[in-house]
Amino acid sequence: MTAPAQPIEQPAVRVGWRPAFIRSLPLRLTVFVICALWTIPTLGLLVTSVRDPALIATSGWWTSLLHPFEPNQWTLSNYETVLSSDGMGNAFINSLVVTIPSVAIPITIAAFAAYAFAWVPFRGRGILFTIVVALLVVPIQMSLIPILQIYAAGNLYGSFLGIWLAHTGFGLPLAIFLLYNFMSQLPRDLFESAAIDGASALQVFTRLVLPLSIPALGAIAIFQFLWVWNDLLVALVFLGPGADVRVLPTALYNLIGSRGGSWHLLTAGAFITMVVPLLVFLLLQRAFVRGILAGSVKS
Amino acid sequence: MAVVQAERPGPSRFILPILGLIAVGLCLGGLLVLLDPKGGPNLLASIYDALGNTSGADDLRNGQGDQLIAKLILAAIALAVGVGGIWLLFLGVGGLVSQLQPKYRDRILPWVFVGPALALLAVFLVYPAAGTILRSVQDEAGNFTLANFGVLLEPDYTAILRNNLLWLVVGTAGSVLLGLVFAGLFDRVRRESLAKTIIFLPLAISLVGASVIWQFVYAWQPEGQTQIGLLNAIVVGLGGEPIPWLTSNPLNVFCEIAILVWLQTGFAMVVFSAAIKGVSGEVIEAARLDGANERQLFIRVIVPMIRGSVITVATTIAIVTLKIFDIVYVTNGGRFGDDVVANQMFLQLFQFFDDGVAAALATVLFIAVLPVMYINLRNFRRQGVGG
Repeated sequence: MTAPAQPIEQPAVRVGWRPAFIRSLPLRLTVFVICALWTIPTLGLLVTSVRDPALIATSGWWTSLLHPFEPNQWTLSNYETVLSSDGMGNAFINSLVVTIPSVAIPITIAAFAAYAFAWVPFRGRGILFTIVVALLVVPIQMSLIPILQIYAAGNLYGSFLGIWLAHTGFGLPLAIFLLYNFMSQLPRDLFESAAIDGASALQVFTRLVLPLSIPALGAIAIFQFLWVWNDLLVALVFLGPGADVRVLPTALYNLIGSRGGSWHLLTAGAFITMVVPLLVFLLLQRAFVRGILAGSVKS
Repeated sequence: MAVVQAERPGPSRFILPILGLIAVGLCLGGLLVLLDPKGGPNLLASIYDALGNTSGADDLRNGQGDQLIAKLILAAIALAVGVGGIWLLFLGVGGLVSQLQPKYRDRILPWVFVGPALALLAVFLVYPAAGTILRSVQDEAGNFTLANFGVLLEPDYTAILRNNLLWLVVGTAGSVLLGLVFAGLFDRVRRESLAKTIIFLPLAISLVGASVIWQFVYAWQPEGQTQIGLLNAIVVGLGGEPIPWLTSNPLNVFCEIAILVWLQTGFAMVVFSAAIKGVSGEVIEAARLDGANERQLFIRVIVPMIRGSVITVATTIAIVTLKIFDIVYVTNGGRFGDDVVANQMFLQLFQFFDDGVAAALATVLFIAVLPVMYINLRNFRRQGVGG
């Protein structure tokens, strides 16, 4: 527990007569300015996305914020346009279709594998898990060319099945590693008493390990969700730009190409790609932070 | 603790295998639908036919009609086959193996658990990595050559490698330093969690979305016209000339790096903040008694004590910067002297159709992350495997 800067603990020279409120003012002002700087870019996007297109090219978005009650400047028509005629609505559905299986499948497979690596001894376990750790940092770029060749031969290019499998493969190392870290911390007594009760490895997994691992599973699900939902490269390479399978990041990229200067549509499109991850993130922030800490802070 | 009971005898002995067989059948059927390129629409069309809605079925087969529903059905099948199929595999094979003598059971069961994961890792990571390295040292005909790496000596690539180095150094150092400063500052204010959420939030935004957000901040209009980009509005307001942030080199490289720093600082801050809270109060008190002021306390006492977290975060962000693709590809495709290795690899693959050079560039990225892989493995060796 770190004590916040209390006036009494300050060296005597710095205490003086000023009340604590004024002394902490520079610090609080600095924090406020930092937070404002971090928010302004996103705020500009949001404000622009609901402004009248005619205004966007002639005045900065901040003018609307300074005069919010002037009539005829706010509109939702930008969203209507990008959702329908620019195909963002279709891309939104595609993103859901791509993301949900791409999160659920790798986590299920990783949970079984992590359990075996952590608690079921078998020959070659050490070397195989070492390989998983090594694969953690292998760039995705190393996989693109050979997988593309396999997909071309197997008719998987541009198919949802292809991208589900790809995201499953690419997401596995981190999911196995994080789940292993969590599961290996479970108390040994638990497993010993289960063994005495005559439980098989399978029963231990389904009735003990899995229920106890729910916090870790949740954190990894959020990770994988953000990664898949926000991914551009894997979608571009394995799904391609075809309109019927296009996901949100690809659709937004295409929008920049076709509607380069149309900020009213670009900003609305960008916000549509962001809304689900932002909601997930705000609602499940604690689980997410826990996952990040589990992945980067060794206990 | 008798949470886990041994196998129960009774009617489940007969019912379970039958249910299992039905489930296997369903999974195989689902797999057939998934493997069919037009599986979703065809399945829904068959359902419509069975319901008597033939026009709806024809629309679907011609690529029109309720494609949306067909897509959702396809995803539901994938979810059921993917998750359900895996469980079925584990439970079914696991159950069969459990019938064996304990000697064989204990030897086979672990492989049932790790088998699917290992197979996928082999197909999607190990085999392709080997294939890419092999392809990088071969010409079109499959003969050994180093010509693919020869492009790295061309002047264009000098700039590309320089840019990647800038990303690595400036991007990593920027995120880590800002993360440290913010963690230290926010630790002392009352609304700490609100401030942290605000800095952390961009992490949920995709690199494509972030690039659009910042393209708008950097927007440039010729002198004399209204500047709708925030930065140029400020520059002009202060009496300067508008700056083409994203098209003048090397300024644009730094502007693009700033986008990543905006995203990653929150990650660094959260990790550091948790680490700072773990520093013992006694150490801090002792430093204060020795007359350290707040800044000295932070730089000389707290930062050295959370060194481990700093290194972990720095390596994580360093890997992100090495592989950076989306920001460069989206902002202007690397056309203004701001190209990087991953973007050039993508162009070689899909624009110039030169697999060899693309494989060589991927291999360059791979070699660049090898030191991190070594550190990870060394740390891991120390901890050991098996709890």
